[in-house]
Amino acid sequence: MIHLATLAQGQIYSQFYDKLVPVTGVPWLLFTILKMLVVFTVIMVGVAMLTLAERKISAWIQDRIGPNRTGYGGLLQPAADGLKNIMKEETYPDAANMKLFILAPMLSFIPALITFAVIPFASPLSTKWGLVEMSVANLPIGFLYILAIASLGVYGVVLAGWSSNNKYSLLGGLRSSAQMVSYEISMGMAAVAVLLLSGNVSLQAIVSQQQAMGWNIFPLLIGFFIFCVAAFAETNRLPFDLPEAESELIAGYHTEYSAMKFSMFFIAEYSNMVTASALMVTLFFGGWDIPGTQWDNIPPWTVLKFLITGAVFFGKLLSFIFVFMWVRWTLPRFRYDQLMSLGWKFMLPLALCYIVITGGAVLGLDMLGVSRSVQWFGIAPFWAALGVLNLVLAALVFVVLDRGRIISPAYSRLSARQVAHLRAISAGRSLVAPQGD
Amino acid sequence: MNTLVYTFHFYLFGLIAIASALAFVTRKSAVAAALWLVNTMFCLSALFVMLDAQFVAAVQVLVYAGAIMVVFLFVVMLLNLGEASEVTDIRSLGGKLTAGFVGLLMLAELFSLSRLKFPRLMGAMTDHANVVNPVSAPLFHEFLLPFEVTSVVLLVAVIGAVVLAKRGPKAQ
Repeated sequence: MIHLATLAQGQIYSQFYDKLVPVTGVPWLLFTILKMLVVFTVIMVGVAMLTLAERKISAWIQDRIGPNRTGYGGLLQPAADGLKNIMKEETYPDAANMKLFILAPMLSFIPALITFAVIPFASPLSTKWGLVEMSVANLPIGFLYILAIASLGVYGVVLAGWSSNNKYSLLGGLRSSAQMVSYEISMGMAAVAVLLLSGNVSLQAIVSQQQAMGWNIFPLLIGFFIFCVAAFAETNRLPFDLPEAESELIAGYHTEYSAMKFSMFFIAEYSNMVTASALMVTLFFGGWDIPGTQWDNIPPWTVLKFLITGAVFFGKLLSFIFVFMWVRWTLPRFRYDQLMSLGWKFMLPLALCYIVITGGAVLGLDMLGVSRSVQWFGIAPFWAALGVLNLVLAALVFVVLDRGRIISPAYSRLSARQVAHLRAISAGRSLVAPQGD
Repeated sequence: MNTLVYTFHFYLFGLIAIASALAFVTRKSAVAAALWLVNTMFCLSALFVMLDAQFVAAVQVLVYAGAIMVVFLFVVMLLNLGEASEVTDIRSLGGKLTAGFVGLLMLAELFSLSRLKFPRLMGAMTDHANVVNPVSAPLFHEFLLPFEVTSVVLLVAVIGAVVLAKRGPKAQ
């Protein structure tokens, strides 16, 4: 049955895309270079504007005005900051491992920028040379590519922490690697549910599956919850910004960096945020799909359609980035033990259980012959059935998660068992210490 | 033209892979060695892409780069910040000669093995829209039992590691 479902998805996919000949040869090369330039420019300029947006939003949340001196309403502030960072003197710590110290910002910067390459950001465009896909590289392994490249970002952070030869940097780097390794697993596991539904790892196939059946946010609500939390941890944003916790570690792994090298870590963080938002849009919110209409899903692929779907995609993307910023200026930071117990004792078991439940539900619904295509009132029965299941699961999960059952809140008293555990640890230490027996 | 591009990239990635592998075994600093190993894995992944095995390429980076991350953590935590020149394993000329001899032996084995014909488990890639299916279908149909047994063996190893770590200071 799974095979049949996969086949059906393939047909939906080919029905949308195989009718027109994709662009080949020299025009393909030119279009690819053009797309690379455009995406790179949009991300770099976008990241610069996002730093301004962060300061403006934080000011708005804290009832301040924010930067408003440079340019109209502070619009030129990012340019001023960039210029300052380039002109500023670079400092190199004496005891640092110089090769790795210089390599680390690059290792952080490059993966952050190249992950966006596989994300489809608009409907394809029909030109006189053929059909142009609107992602820089429409890789058949799309989602796995993103997971693979995103897992490399942690090298930059760890190497920066290690090569600086500074205890705060080292602690920041170690925290970051522990955090990213833990939450990466939950992130991948949460996305497996999406792959079960689409039957393919190509991001374009995931988008067309959602166009045919409805957005994944409703039938995979828990998956989205896990993915979203893990994405916050992966991007080192609050409430998971322990790697650079300024109140404990000065600035964590980039304490020793100045000028443009510091700026590269900064750009990497913001472009990671852009990619994480784009992934959430693509996996759970239909990518460039416009809700409530089929007009955008079928040929002809005109310029108007390309512009509108692109605007819709970036609108969704920006709303997720706003959520990232909103959360940053609202929630306090997790304690380290809370972070770890959330990752390993809650998110990972939940994600694993969710794969089993979703797999069983998809198999069962396919066996019962529940239709995946839109039937009554523009709703697919398959979509609605999975969605109801997820609402029930969500109610259960949030009842269990509530009131400090899993993560102990900072104000809670220690239980007798925890006190005994801590005493046992300190008793064990005294055995190791010289004055012990 | 196409073959030329293919050959060029094959030798490019192949040579970088060999050079990185040599650097990996000759570096004295453990961090540098681990980084060269990452580079080797990348080049192997590029070679897999050229063989049209894109899924294997992605998994190569995902799994191996992720696993090397753990090696990194050991290096950073256990050899904390010290210059790693004392931890090198190659101490004498005899050790170096033995290593070279074993290397030659393995090279000879590789050459003799390459003359054999191995059975092809997978057909050539035909469906470029779905790259996971050719790997997953045999894994979960024909070879389900070996696959499950392998996972149980891995699980046993994990549980064993946890049990050893849990014993704590009392056992010492």
